[in-house]
Amino acid sequence: MIKVQNLAKLFGTKRAVDDVSFSVNRGEVLGFLGPNGAGKSTTMRVITGFLPPSAGSVTVGGFDVVEHAIQARRLIGYLPENAPAYTDMTVLGFLNFAAEIRGLRGEARKQAVGRAVEMCFLESVLHQSVETLSKGYRHRTCFAQSIIHDPDVLVLDEPTDGLDPNQKHEVRQLIRRMGEKKAIIFSTHILEEVDAACTRAIIIDRGKIVANGTPQELRQKSEWAGAVTLRVRNVAAGTVSTRLYQVPQVKRVTVVEDKDGHVTVRAFPRSGANGALVAAVGEAAREWQIEQLQAEEGRLDEVFRSITMPDTAKEAA
Amino acid sequence: MNAWHNVWTITKRELGAYFTAPLAYVFIVIFLLLCGFFTFFVGGFFERQEASLVRPFFDWHPWFYLFLVPAVGMRLWAEERRVGTIELLLTMPITAWQAIVGKFLASWLFLALALALTFPVVLTVNYLGDPDNGVILTAYIGSWLMAGAYLAISCITSALTRSQVVSFIISLVVCLFLILAGFPPVINVLEQVAPRLVDLVTSFSVMTHFEGFQKGVLDSRDLLFFLSVIGFSLFTTSVILRTHRAG
Repeated sequence: MIKVQNLAKLFGTKRAVDDVSFSVNRGEVLGFLGPNGAGKSTTMRVITGFLPPSAGSVTVGGFDVVEHAIQARRLIGYLPENAPAYTDMTVLGFLNFAAEIRGLRGEARKQAVGRAVEMCFLESVLHQSVETLSKGYRHRTCFAQSIIHDPDVLVLDEPTDGLDPNQKHEVRQLIRRMGEKKAIIFSTHILEEVDAACTRAIIIDRGKIVANGTPQELRQKSEWAGAVTLRVRNVAAGTVSTRLYQVPQVKRVTVVEDKDGHVTVRAFPRSGANGALVAAVGEAAREWQIEQLQAEEGRLDEVFRSITMPDTAKEAA
Repeated sequence: MNAWHNVWTITKRELGAYFTAPLAYVFIVIFLLLCGFFTFFVGGFFERQEASLVRPFFDWHPWFYLFLVPAVGMRLWAEERRVGTIELLLTMPITAWQAIVGKFLASWLFLALALALTFPVVLTVNYLGDPDNGVILTAYIGSWLMAGAYLAISCITSALTRSQVVSFIISLVVCLFLILAGFPPVINVLEQVAPRLVDLVTSFSVMTHFEGFQKGVLDSRDLLFFLSVIGFSLFTTSVILRTHRAG
């Protein structure tokens, strides 16, 4: 549904987005990750037709967003960053306006507004002015606006920003549910959201795509993927790491904690050691009192950090 | 058909926005108070002993509008940019033109309402004497067109900035120029300094073109002047909105 090809966007001489290509199909939820200022919002603004691209092209449902802007926009629902809404209107008035400008009239409009209100739990504030709403409600009002015409494509810029944990959960569920029938792109800083809602994730940094894959694939890139954490009692930390370094599959050992006779160490595997490490480490430690022996999954935040800040990631690990 | 429906949807929203805020009521009250005060006290409506509204009433309009129209127009785009709703508006399936015209139309209709509410002056003059109502009607049309020209200029300045105050001040200055270019004291000076430029400069003034309407003459050149100021200004607004987005 969405096809971005070699997209670049310059502000003056600054390249906010630089040669970005990806596509999103129906049934996919694409998580858009990246540090602040990486070009997430700019990319979304080009997709929705708010900003014209400096180079490259974007098509939505086969329509070029510049050449056939109106047809492309009809297919898109857009939640901009910070969820702006007309503060002087009531929630109902705002949603009626959004529906009408999307070409919905009469009974169709009434139904569309009713459905959006129900999905976003807005019944209780329907006649309240947007100005007086709490941030969460204002956010949901703008979200309701984006789904009012049941669009094929949803572009959501930080849809869970400013919501409380329950509301965040609701929105993620909603995105996941709607993602079965639509093509959705959403941006976020929160990595757990990628697991909770995405079928695929893209990490973008300084205007370029630096990683693209399923959350599982991204996690595999982590140094942590396949690492083993071992906790033993009454053994010196030095002894433990010396012994573990003798295990052929181990690439590196770090001491996580050494306190009151409990030692926790983490062994990182050499490449190709897939899964064999737990058994090997268990074998090496069999004479000790093992309190914990656990294989680690890759961690997204670590992948994120190592990709977007390659210089500092090593120390953090 | 569809295009006008979009324009009308925008217009309805904007009109609604005027009346949910106190600004609209404040504006109308101030406008009517000013009209009443200047017509009857400063303009000497009774002392003139003539059944006409031209000098005591319509003569003041260019000056009222100088302050009031920029106040009406200043929020049109500046507010959208400040709150960020411009991002919603311009990603809706409508063209930028439809949004621009819709917004302009809403404010222009609002000014028409304010102008229409001065009807007691017309009733008064009809009660007291036997004025030429045709002249009054053309003067009203001229006044509304002039307000439209000011308003279109306010659209430009509003699109230029996020700040309503900045927008207000810039459009006030530009509109002041449009008045002064035809203001007798200025013309007198100009005649001494550069007599060849007089015609050129005065032809840019709203005063010159409003004059005809006040006399009851619907001159196509005057009509064209106001409509082209409106058209040109709205076009400039669209260019500004586009360059602003192009970054």
